[in-house]
Amino acid sequence: MKVALEDLYQQLIMDHGRRPRNFRVLQDATHHLEGYNPLCGDRFTVYLKIADGRVADVSFQGSGCAISTASASLMTEAVKGKTEDEVERLFEAFHAVVTGKRAPDAASLGKLAAFAGVAAYPVRVKCATLPWHTLKGALAGSKQPVSTE
Amino acid sequence: MSVTRTATVNTSRGNALDVARVRADFPALHQQVNGRPLVYLDNAATTQKPQAVLDALLGFYSRDCANVHRGVHALSQRATDAYEGARETVARFLNARPREIVFTRGTTEAINLVAYSYGSRLSPGDEILITELEHHSNIVPWQMLAERTGARLRVAPIDDRGEIILEEFQRLLGPRTRIVAVAHVSNALGTVNPVEEICRLAHTYGARVLVDGAQAVPHQAVDVRALDCDFYAFSGHKIYGPTGIGVLFGRWELLEAMPPYQGGGDMIRSVTFEKTLYNDPPYRFEAGTPHIAGAIGLAAAIEYVTRLGLEEIRRHEQQLLEAATRALEEIPGVRIVGTAAHKAAVVSFVLDGVHPHDVATVLDHEGVAVRAGHHCAQPLMERFGLPATTRASFALYNTLEEVDALAQAVRRARELFD
Repeated sequence: MKVALEDLYQQLIMDHGRRPRNFRVLQDATHHLEGYNPLCGDRFTVYLKIADGRVADVSFQGSGCAISTASASLMTEAVKGKTEDEVERLFEAFHAVVTGKRAPDAASLGKLAAFAGVAAYPVRVKCATLPWHTLKGALAGSKQPVSTE
Repeated sequence: MSVTRTATVNTSRGNALDVARVRADFPALHQQVNGRPLVYLDNAATTQKPQAVLDALLGFYSRDCANVHRGVHALSQRATDAYEGARETVARFLNARPREIVFTRGTTEAINLVAYSYGSRLSPGDEILITELEHHSNIVPWQMLAERTGARLRVAPIDDRGEIILEEFQRLLGPRTRIVAVAHVSNALGTVNPVEEICRLAHTYGARVLVDGAQAVPHQAVDVRALDCDFYAFSGHKIYGPTGIGVLFGRWELLEAMPPYQGGGDMIRSVTFEKTLYNDPPYRFEAGTPHIAGAIGLAAAIEYVTRLGLEEIRRHEQQLLEAATRALEEIPGVRIVGTAAHKAAVVSFVLDGVHPHDVATVLDHEGVAVRAGHHCAQPLMERFGLPATTRASFALYNTLEEVDALAQAVRRARELFD
């Protein structure tokens, strides 16, 4: 099956890849963690401020490909205000879509449905999920950097 | 011994390579990827295989399959003759003696063999000298050796073009230097290192030199006597042979004095529970049943490139290198990483504002296979302040049209991300 390149690099992804949102250090972060993909050199730090069991603020910094940068950017937008359980469920839904296990569902995923095209590029799945694995590690209070390998 | 189905090998010497005829020898080249004709430019990772190699593998498994050095029966004799014949082919190819040729799994195992066996004699205070542009396989075995023995690992720097700074290299040499390990050709940058000069300098201090030739043997004739190196390692699969087979050349007097690397069958002369007498090299270093088919396939690959002519291959690939360098440099935002005066046909580059992984995905979409990443040379990437590059690496079967396809695909990536 030939997938159009534009299915992977959708406008939304290109936009967030070029101009990532919440791209800063969070001074009063309660959690932060580094994530690294040694294969392609993508490296991000995710910062979280958790208050009353919810994501009060979230940001990230680092460098990576368009897919991983856009994923980190859209992730920060998606999880803000959510409880840890809601974040967990969102990641599960996102993971199922980028690995092709589930069809994208805009109702539950919102803008994150833009990453559905990643499923056609198995080697790029790690790019899309690196920020999420890093976020999960940060939430769990891990001090060890997350690595995709 | 093999049935040759494809007899379209250019046997002319001194003439330009007849690439159209050569391409007919490689079945894998003739396929579509993402609806486009495959443009295979990931040859520094592995090369495609000519029919002659596939026939040699099939010939062994379908007629001569037996273990070597043991059986008195006809098939075992044939297998042994073919396996030892392969050793002679490799020896001629490197201008070495057959007993100086050890078959290994690949370059990595060959380097590890030297690090474990020859390296076991190192003591605290001894030094191992490598360079900044080495592949991980020519860094990590020496780091491990340094940890085991208390020896010190030193690293000779390169300049911004990707050339070893010989004065610095010389400054790091000393009476404590026991081993120098250096790539003949850099896999990430394509730099052809002055190995002959490095051997000469190292020998004035009594150091032994291992040359990682994985990226050199497919591109140029190699003569270990002319280089005057002590060890030379390469992999079969990068020179159109099978995966899982490689070669270690070692100077006879060094191999003869070295302890075994692994224990097992074939590397012994006699075994009792009290004492085992080890076999002579190269068998001392080939414990267990070797990759017989791989060695035979490698010999077929070496015969193939020898028939085409290493000099003809080199000239053809240099044309591709020049054309690719020119075509990429013309694209705004492209910067070539590695601009040494002497290069093999490897072009590493970055495209402004576009991550190498994204470049490679767009290229793959256009049927162009390249490598994106750190090329197993993380310290080198760090030296250039880059997380990764995109690398196009050429082989004897690539064409100028494929260089155009590469440049066009890079332009497409630039437009998409503009």
